[in-house]
Amino acid sequence: MPFQVLSSPHDHPARPVNRLMLQVLLALIPAIAIITWFFGFGLLINLTLASATALLAEAAVLRLRRRPVRPALFDLSALVSAWLLAIAVPTILPWWMVVLGSLFAIVVVKQLYGGLGYNPFNPAMAGYLLLLISYPMEMTQRLSPSIPREHMPDLLQSLQISFLRVIPPGTTWDALTGATPLDELRTKLAMGLRVDQIHSGSFWGHLTGQPWEWVSLALFISGLWLIYRRVISWHIPLAFLGSLSALAFLFFLLDPQRYPVGFFHLVSGGTMLGAFFIATDPVTASTTPLGRLIYAAAIGVIVFAIRSWGGYPDAVAFAVVLMNMAVPMIDHYTQPRVTGHKRRLGP
Amino acid sequence: MSLPRDLSPSGRRLWRFHGGVHPPEEKALSTAAPIAPALIPDRLVLPLQQHIGAPAQPLVAVGERVLKGQLIAQADGAVSANLHAPTSGQISAIGEHPVAHPSGLNAPCILLEPDGEERRAELPEPLADFAQRDPGEVLARIRWAGIVGLGGAAFPSAIKLAPGPDLPIHSLIINAAECEPYISCDDMLMRRDAAKLVQGIHILRHVLGVTGECLIGIEDNKPEAITALQQALAAHAPAHTELVVIPTLYPSGGEKQLIQVLTGQELASKGIPAQIGMVCHNVGTAVAVADAVLRGIPLISRIVTLTGRGLAQAGNQEVLIGTLAADLIAQRGGYRPGVTRLIQGGPMMGQALHSDQVPLTKGANCLLAPAPAELDASAPAGPCIRCSQCADACPVQLLPQQLYWHTRAKDMDKVQDYNLFDCIECGCCAYVCPSHIPLVQYYRFAKNSIWTQAEEKRKAEHARQRHEARQQRLERVERERKEKIRQKNEALRRKDKPGSDQGKPDAAGNPSGNEAETDPKKAAIAAALARAKAKKAALAEQGVQPKNTAELTPAQQRQVEAAEKRRAQAASQQESE
Repeated sequence: MPFQVLSSPHDHPARPVNRLMLQVLLALIPAIAIITWFFGFGLLINLTLASATALLAEAAVLRLRRRPVRPALFDLSALVSAWLLAIAVPTILPWWMVVLGSLFAIVVVKQLYGGLGYNPFNPAMAGYLLLLISYPMEMTQRLSPSIPREHMPDLLQSLQISFLRVIPPGTTWDALTGATPLDELRTKLAMGLRVDQIHSGSFWGHLTGQPWEWVSLALFISGLWLIYRRVISWHIPLAFLGSLSALAFLFFLLDPQRYPVGFFHLVSGGTMLGAFFIATDPVTASTTPLGRLIYAAAIGVIVFAIRSWGGYPDAVAFAVVLMNMAVPMIDHYTQPRVTGHKRRLGP
Repeated sequence: MSLPRDLSPSGRRLWRFHGGVHPPEEKALSTAAPIAPALIPDRLVLPLQQHIGAPAQPLVAVGERVLKGQLIAQADGAVSANLHAPTSGQISAIGEHPVAHPSGLNAPCILLEPDGEERRAELPEPLADFAQRDPGEVLARIRWAGIVGLGGAAFPSAIKLAPGPDLPIHSLIINAAECEPYISCDDMLMRRDAAKLVQGIHILRHVLGVTGECLIGIEDNKPEAITALQQALAAHAPAHTELVVIPTLYPSGGEKQLIQVLTGQELASKGIPAQIGMVCHNVGTAVAVADAVLRGIPLISRIVTLTGRGLAQAGNQEVLIGTLAADLIAQRGGYRPGVTRLIQGGPMMGQALHSDQVPLTKGANCLLAPAPAELDASAPAGPCIRCSQCADACPVQLLPQQLYWHTRAKDMDKVQDYNLFDCIECGCCAYVCPSHIPLVQYYRFAKNSIWTQAEEKRKAEHARQRHEARQQRLERVERERKEKIRQKNEALRRKDKPGSDQGKPDAAGNPSGNEAETDPKKAAIAAALARAKAKKAALAEQGVQPKNTAELTPAQQRQVEAAEKRRAQAASQQESE
C-alpha cells in the first residue's frame, strides 16, 4: 500500500490566518458600537462601503493577476484593512472618499505589491493618509458628540449626509461638527491659552471628551484581549504607549502650561487604535522582538512630536507609515542571537 | 537564551531554551498495555547500514545458516556498527531492498529467513566485574554488540564513549525526556527495565571515566517511569546520579536542548557535548549497553511504539531488528480503514514512509499511523504574514520566516547568513505557522541545494585541476621530445665534426654535455611548482565558497558534507527522541 509522503512535522494545528483576522474583527466590535452611539450611524455606512469596496477590489485584482480569489477573500485580511480605515475616518465623510480610500488601500498599497504579506505599508493607514492629504477639510470635519441626541442624524439622515451631502433640516454644518480634543487643544494653544484654561471648558471629560475616553477604553480592553489570545504580541502596544506617555509626561513636567498631562495622549485620537490594531499589523511591523520594541517606541515618539509641534492634530497614521519604511533596516540590525553563536550586529 | 526557569521537583535549578511548543500529549494511546514480547516474522530484512556512518561488511553467504546473536556483518571503519542475526535461520539473499529512507531508494540488505528454532550462538562471557576491568575492554564489548543510539539518531555508541584524551568527560547525561508526542517506548522501557538502566549508567560512567555527576533528564509527563526509576536508583544508587524531572516542552529531548535545560550550558553552533565535558546517551542505549556487558547479548531487538488511531491495536512491542513494518502491523491486527499515512518516528520529526514494506532498524522508535482526521498535515499553504510566531517557537532562535523568504528567492548565501545549518528540523516553526507553510521542507530543500552546489563546485574544481595537470603534462612531454631531438641533432653535428669543441661550454656558457640531464629535471620542478600554485589558487577560491566548506581539500569537504547530511538526519530523529 503506497502512503502519502509529506515532510515533517506531520501536524499543523495552528490557528489559520482567517481565524486570527476574525479575532481582530471581533475585537473591533465594542469600539464600533460605542462610536456609533456617540458619533452616529455614519460609521456603519462607512464600514459597509469600505468592506464592499475592499472585497470587490481584492477579487478584481486577483482575477487580473490570475491568482485564486477565494482563499484571499476568506483570509479576511481585506476586511480588516477596510474596517480599520472606516473606523479611522470621520463618520460624516462623503461616500466616495471612503470608497476611494479603501480602493487605494487594497489595489495600490496591498495588491500592487503582491498581496497579503508583501505590502511594505499598512494599507488602512496609507489609504487614510491619501484622504487626509488630498481632502484635509473633509477629513478633519467630525460629527460632534456633544450635540443634543434629538439632533443626532438617524440612519436615513446619515445616508443623506454620506451620499448627498444633505444635512438634516434645521441644522448647519457648523452646528453638526466639532473639534476633537487634539484639535481643540492645538487651536487653543495656538491662541495663547494655557492647558488648564483649555481644560476647564465644558467640552472635556476627565481627560478628554468622554466619548473619546469610552472609545479608547473599549479599544484598550479589546487590545488586551488580543494579547491574551496571542493574536498580537505585547511588545508593540507596550513600547508605543510607553514611549508616548513617557515623552508626554516629561514635557508635562517641564511645562504644564503648554503640555497636557501625559495620560491625555493615551485616550486621544488614534492612540489606542494605533497601538493595538494598526502598529501591530504583522505584515508591516518589525518581526524581531527587539525590533518591535524599537519600531513601536519610535512610533510613539513621532506621534508625540507631530501632535506637539507638527502640522496635523493627530499623527498615528504618519508615524506608522514612516516607521513601516524603517522596518527592513530595524529587522536587519535586531536579529536575535542564534543559540550556540556569539552575538553580532546584523547578518 | 538560558534564563533560569524554575526548579525541578527535586529542587534542582533548571534553565529553559528559547521557544518550543507543547503539542497535545498522545502517549496514553500506547501505554495501556505492557511491552509485548517479540514475535518471529517470516522474514527479516537487515540493512547493512543501520546507523550513521559506513555500511557494515557482510560476513555470511547466501544459503548459510546462522544462529541467534551471530555476527553477520562487521563494522567497516570507525563510524560503523556490527550487525548480528536477530534469530536463527538461513540467509536467503544479500542485495538491494527498500528501506526507510527519505529518498525511497533501495539499500543493500541481508535477508534472513527465520527457522523459528531460536538456536543461540555462543554468547561472549558476561563482564559482571566490569568495574574491575579496563574501560577499553568494556568499550570493545559495546562496540562488538553493534550498539547505536536508540533515540533515533543511530550514531554508533562506541564512538561517543571514546571521545579521546583531549576531551575529558566529567558529566553523563541520560536522555529520558522523550518529548515527541505519541512515542512511549522509552517511557515503557523505564517502567520495565529501570534496574537495567541503572546498571547501564554504572557501565557508561566506568567506560567514560566520569567523576562528576550523572543527570537523568525526564519530562514530567511520565509519572510511572519516574517512580520506577526513583525506586531503582534508591536500590542501587550510583554516586552523584540524579533523576531530574523537567517540564514537558517539545523539543526538550534534543541533545543540545536537554543539556541546556539541565545545566544551563549552551553548546557552540557546531559543537558536540564532549567539548564541554559531557556525553549524552538515550535510556534505550544505556539498557542495551547493560545487556551487552552484563549478559553478552548483542543489539538484536528494540522496543518500538506502534501508535496512532489508524492502527487496530496501539502499544509497545519488542521488535526483532529487520522486521518489516507491514509484518509487525499485520501481527497486531493491521490498520483501521482510511489510513493514508505511515510515519516512522513521531509527528514532529518522524519520516513519512512511502510503503510499509521497509524494515525496522536499530534507530526506529515508533510507527505512527494516524486516522484520516487525526493529524492535520495537508492544509494548503497561504502567504507568510510575517507574524513571527515561527521565530517565537524556534528553540535555536533562528528567524524561520527570513529563511523561508530567502529560500524561496533561492538566495542560498543569505540563507546561510541566517544560519540555516543551525536548524535542527524540529518542526516547531511549521507547527505554529498560521499560514500552514511547510517551513521545514523549505529548509531541507535549501540544505540539499547548498550541498549539491558545493558538490558540483568540488567536481568542477577537480575537473579543472585534472585538465590543467593534463595540459602541463602534455607541454612537458612536448618540451622533452623537442629537447631530445635537439640533443640528437647536436650529437649528430658533433659526430660530423670530430675533435672540435667537445665538452667545452657552448656560447651561452652552459656545459653542453649536461644539458640533457638538467633540463627535464628543471621542467619537472617547474611543473610541480605550477601545480602547487594552482592548488593554492584553488584553495583561495574555495575560501569564498559557502563557509561550511571553506579551506578544505575536496576529500575532506566530501566527508564534511556527508557528515553534515548525516548529522541533520540524526538531529531530525534523535533530537525528537
